[in-house]
Amino acid sequence: MCLAIPMKIIQIDGVQAVAEVDGVTRQVRLDLLPDAVLGDYVLIHAGLAIAKVNAASAEETLSLLRSLADEIY
Amino acid sequence: MKFIDEFRRKDLVQAVVRRLRELAAPAVIMEVCGTHTMSAARFGLKSLLPEPVKLISGPGCPVCVTDQYDLDKFLALGDQPHTVLASFGDMLRVPGTHTSLEKQRAQGADVRFVYAPLDAVDLARREPDKQVVFFGVGFETTMPTTALALKSAGASGLDNFTLFCVHKTMPAALRALLDSGEIKVSGLLLPGHVTTIIGSEAYEFIPRDFGVPGAVTGFEPLDILLGVEAILRQLVEGRPRVDNVYPRAVQVQANPQAMALLEEVFEPDDALWRGLGVIPGSGVRIRDRYRHFDARTRFAPILAQVPPPPPSACRCGEVLRGVLPPKQCPLFDKACNPSHPLGPCMVSGEGACAAVYRYER
Repeated sequence: MCLAIPMKIIQIDGVQAVAEVDGVTRQVRLDLLPDAVLGDYVLIHAGLAIAKVNAASAEETLSLLRSLADEIY
Repeated sequence: MKFIDEFRRKDLVQAVVRRLRELAAPAVIMEVCGTHTMSAARFGLKSLLPEPVKLISGPGCPVCVTDQYDLDKFLALGDQPHTVLASFGDMLRVPGTHTSLEKQRAQGADVRFVYAPLDAVDLARREPDKQVVFFGVGFETTMPTTALALKSAGASGLDNFTLFCVHKTMPAALRALLDSGEIKVSGLLLPGHVTTIIGSEAYEFIPRDFGVPGAVTGFEPLDILLGVEAILRQLVEGRPRVDNVYPRAVQVQANPQAMALLEEVFEPDDALWRGLGVIPGSGVRIRDRYRHFDARTRFAPILAQVPPPPPSACRCGEVLRGVLPPKQCPLFDKACNPSHPLGPCMVSGEGACAAVYRYER
């Protein structure tokens, strides 16, 4: 039930927006994320964007993981 | 998919698994959220964990913790003329005492499944001669979408939309679970998407009052393994706290827009949980200014006629409290299976019994 999919915002009109993932688009609401802009990735749950995905933070996690992997091999 | 595929990379998974082996100590870690349960089962993560580390399922499947009595009441409304029962698809096959949404529909009731609560409001707009009742199930992740639906219904002055609210809130339930002392958990994988709404600060009481480590965790394999790693690390260090291993989505503070929305529409209330009973302050009711959209109020005379459910052989309650592993239930894979589920844990896409049946049998 708490599934939320990262989708990219490709169109914004007030609190209405269109988000896209893998060529699939859908109408979403941005009420919770007033500073979301075109190109942002947001987590979509039941038609509502519940959080922005912070790309820098994602990269930080992945780079930590890569260095952990490098230590081993 | 971006932000998904990277968090499933095999080489990185292997690296974290090795790290887990270094930290391994006997630990029982509860994945609080049903979405974690299903993800861990689907990706076979339990088999990757070092031997002394056990993952058990908790009360975080909203469909599963919806009390039978609430479901029976909602289902009873389907017998009313010109009434549409609107619900998330997750509820389709969950058995009530006498029927389910699936059976109601087969017998001619008007049952519609929606992707979003706002879709149910649109339905009410399009079909003004019908009474649309939406079954509002879900935790904090889902509550803002329902709040938006009520606001939208209010703005349109709809007289044919109501919410049957069974929403529940996570922190009070976790406190009740830990307070009961019934199950000894070494740490909690905390629900990442609930936390996008309420902020990780909502769990500070867990290490403070119970000395139990927590990790706010995302839903991809690497996320879940990092959550386990954070808990093991806290255990080794002997310093319980709330780590956030899902920082790409979760912050310490609540989402202020979400909180304002919830505050406007709902007020805290006690809630009835399957398996946990009534937990003070663990749910919400609709505020007076939106009471017009409260199905429990509008249909009170009908609902009052629904009898409380008789005792059931289903032991979902114990499964949800982490006391009974699904395979140890005497009904599991015998009287109870996905074709003939006796309770929600076997039928919900996120139920602990369904996850074990599908992936770990």
